[in-house]
Amino acid sequence: MATEAKVNPMYQFTIEPLAGTNGWEIAGYNIAFTNSALWMLITTVVLTLFVAGGLRRQLVPGRWQMMVETFTGFIDGMLEANVGKAGRAYVPYVFSLFMFILFANLLGLLPLGLVGVHPFTFTSHFTVTGVLAVLSFSIVLIVGFRRHGLHFFSLFVPQGTPIWLIWLIPVIELISFMIRPFSLALRLFVAMMAGHVLLEVLSSFVIDSGNSGLLWGGIVGLPSFLLMIGIGALELLVSGIQAYVFALLTSLYINDAENLH
Amino acid sequence: MPQIAQLAETYSSQIFWLLIFFGFTFFVIGRGMVPKVMATVEARDAQISSDLAAAQAARDEADRQEEAWRLRENANRADAQAVLAKAKADAAAKTEQRLAKAQVKIDARLTEAETRIAASRETAMSEVETVAAEAAQDIVQRLAGVKVAKPAAAKAVKESMVNG
Repeated sequence: MATEAKVNPMYQFTIEPLAGTNGWEIAGYNIAFTNSALWMLITTVVLTLFVAGGLRRQLVPGRWQMMVETFTGFIDGMLEANVGKAGRAYVPYVFSLFMFILFANLLGLLPLGLVGVHPFTFTSHFTVTGVLAVLSFSIVLIVGFRRHGLHFFSLFVPQGTPIWLIWLIPVIELISFMIRPFSLALRLFVAMMAGHVLLEVLSSFVIDSGNSGLLWGGIVGLPSFLLMIGIGALELLVSGIQAYVFALLTSLYINDAENLH
Repeated sequence: MPQIAQLAETYSSQIFWLLIFFGFTFFVIGRGMVPKVMATVEARDAQISSDLAAAQAARDEADRQEEAWRLRENANRADAQAVLAKAKADAAAKTEQRLAKAQVKIDARLTEAETRIAASRETAMSEVETVAAEAAQDIVQRLAGVKVAKPAAAKAVKESMVNG
């Protein structure tokens, strides 16, 4: 009984197959439609509705169209600033990446627990962020080798490297290059998970202290609740920042592939 | 930590559904909708810049017209000024000419009058002398009974007149 009443702050990350899809398989690989997949679906639908709403193509934009155009202009400007004219070609990918992560983060923060639905933030799973990071990394590799061929390896020898360091610098550069997908994936996954755990822990403080009476509720519960409000706002910020960082780093890496050093 | 604890059983479904939905996002939204949105923005920017260019051209044209009008106006004013000055100068020259003519006439009449005056004075003078000589002859004859010749009398008169 005691163990059941205890709130497990990690439980929110549990993946559960929905509606008997547990047995779905392709070539022996399980592809159950889980709560994670459901929130990917919701994210995709909301994002599609959002962008489609801005597709009215009016000369004088309404508010919705203005919002969507602000986002595309933001991504376009970021790629233009980091990659240059060639960056235009990557707007569809980086826009999809940014908006997908942003909407996933924000939707995962919705306080739907109040009505009994459990929001699931799939960006707090490194399998998901890992796939996105690998996608970005593969694009960098493909573009780099297609545009520069084997010359792409000169990325590991920055200009001005002293001759006597030629045995060391490429090794360091190679390691820092290979570590990129991991840092991309882990940054987003850790940031999202940490925020959600913190909110969960604080909410368990509020509930537990509230259950044990007015005194503890006032001393522990109320400050925790106020802190939750602040951290909730901070998490909204983090959602945007992490999506931005992911897109920004992707565009920086694309710049390496497009323009070398 | 479910992310690790469930890794073996869920990784394939996670990857599969992520690729499905992110792929949809990329191809339908990123490839399909975003270029249209950006084309709209571009069309609007082009429209705005062309409108601005047209406005600028119209403004330049207006400036040019105004400049031309100003030049024409200045030329007209200068012409008018020149006509005016010429008329003034003509009038002044004509006046001067007439003044000079009148002056010449007046001068001529003045000199003529002066010569006339001088001539009449001369005659008057000589008449006075003659009269004086005759008077002197007469006076001498009556007083002294001496008949004085006319030239002598005239000479005496002249002397006294010069000395007198």
